[in-house]
Amino acid sequence: MSGVRVLVGTRKGAFILTSNAKRAEWEVSGPYFAGWEIYHLKGSPVDPNRLYASQSSGWFGQVIQRSDDGGKTWEPVGNAFEYEGETGTHQWYDGTQHPWEFTRVWHLEPSLADPDTVYAGVEDAALFRSDDGGSTWRELPGLREAKGHLWQPGAGGMGLHTIVLDPNDANRIFVAISAAGVFRSDDGGQTWQPANRGLRSEFELPDPDAEVGHCVHSITMHRARPDVLFMQKHWDVMRSDDAGESWHEVSGNLPSDFGFPIAVHAHEPDTVYVVPIKSDSEHYPPDGKLRVYRSRTGGNEWEALTEGLPQSDCYVNVLRDAMAVDTLAACGVYFGTTGGQVYASADAGDTWTSIVRDLPAVLSVEVQTLP
Amino acid sequence: MIRVTIPVHLRTLAGTGKEVSLQVDGPVTQRAVLNALETAYPTLRGTIRDHASGQRRPLVRFFACGQDLSHESPDAPLPDAVATGAEPFLIVGAMAGG
Repeated sequence: MSGVRVLVGTRKGAFILTSNAKRAEWEVSGPYFAGWEIYHLKGSPVDPNRLYASQSSGWFGQVIQRSDDGGKTWEPVGNAFEYEGETGTHQWYDGTQHPWEFTRVWHLEPSLADPDTVYAGVEDAALFRSDDGGSTWRELPGLREAKGHLWQPGAGGMGLHTIVLDPNDANRIFVAISAAGVFRSDDGGQTWQPANRGLRSEFELPDPDAEVGHCVHSITMHRARPDVLFMQKHWDVMRSDDAGESWHEVSGNLPSDFGFPIAVHAHEPDTVYVVPIKSDSEHYPPDGKLRVYRSRTGGNEWEALTEGLPQSDCYVNVLRDAMAVDTLAACGVYFGTTGGQVYASADAGDTWTSIVRDLPAVLSVEVQTLP
Repeated sequence: MIRVTIPVHLRTLAGTGKEVSLQVDGPVTQRAVLNALETAYPTLRGTIRDHASGQRRPLVRFFACGQDLSHESPDAPLPDAVATGAEPFLIVGAMAGG
């Protein structure tokens, strides 16, 4: 019988939540890597038993873990992330140039075709690739040539936090960086172009045509329609219909267009989910009500999904990598909060239940749909 | 043999106990001890000192014989008691919660 495996990264370890296709009863295992920050863990689309995890610590640095049995056992693999060539500099908060310094891996994106190939998005922003299951890593330095000297860290650092692989074109990759923006490669990551036309960040970037410097929080696509991208920006929910060549706003009637994650329904390319957050300084839901908003029209028209979610006194946040969907016939939607709850909906967001309520702050949520 | 005490998170990572014993050939220095430790336990590479620069990570400290050796040269000889195995070389995660 098919089922799902939810991979949860938290401030103090990883947890794996499993259920059958009904998604009513859950088994919780973990913590794995107790005490370490797990920014992200994700499974290979072609081998669901192959998982990668980013384990880090302010004390002991970066570790990459790999599992070949669906998360039952793990093995530390390579953790040497060394920038290619001359390290170079990027813009610092005071406007001076600052050397690139590796801090951590924010996001791991396994290849769509080969379980041994995996991409890592790191802080300070760069993209690395491994072709040997994470044992060794090499940078794709062409990304930092896309006006990297103008990139500047946001409040959370300068992390490459989103990697989107085009299922129809193995050479096309999108990445998003805080606070530089979206970049696209059409040659497998060798060369890159900024893909931020149409984004507006008036207060930070007076130049309306600024190619880089936009605070993009997350981007996503539907596999069946890879030229359409959705974005949750620092402010504004945006859409591109031309593979990032241009963007237009689809915030519509959202109560706040600030937020972090964005996800697309597994079977409906125009059904999109966001979690509005009141503002960029308060970082909690408007009115203390935790509401997922769903658009069935590809943006602009949004409905609040509230059944089963706290509608008073709720002041958690939902971080950029902490929402995902499964691919079962009735699409499941999942998200985790900084309050340690992981919520699941087995009916595309109509109703929600909490799988767990008291984990450490959730940093990431990914879902595997198992045969 | 040189005795090295490692912090709990690194014991888990290396799959070892609180203290490990290492053979160090030549002068017993921080660098020589850490080289031997990383050779014996490759998963510790990058967790105590930076991969590229070889610098001690900021919140990792080194102690031995009641002394903080964190700021000593990595090539300075460690105390004789460490070199003879009478005392352990302590790798410590700094108390830095704030």
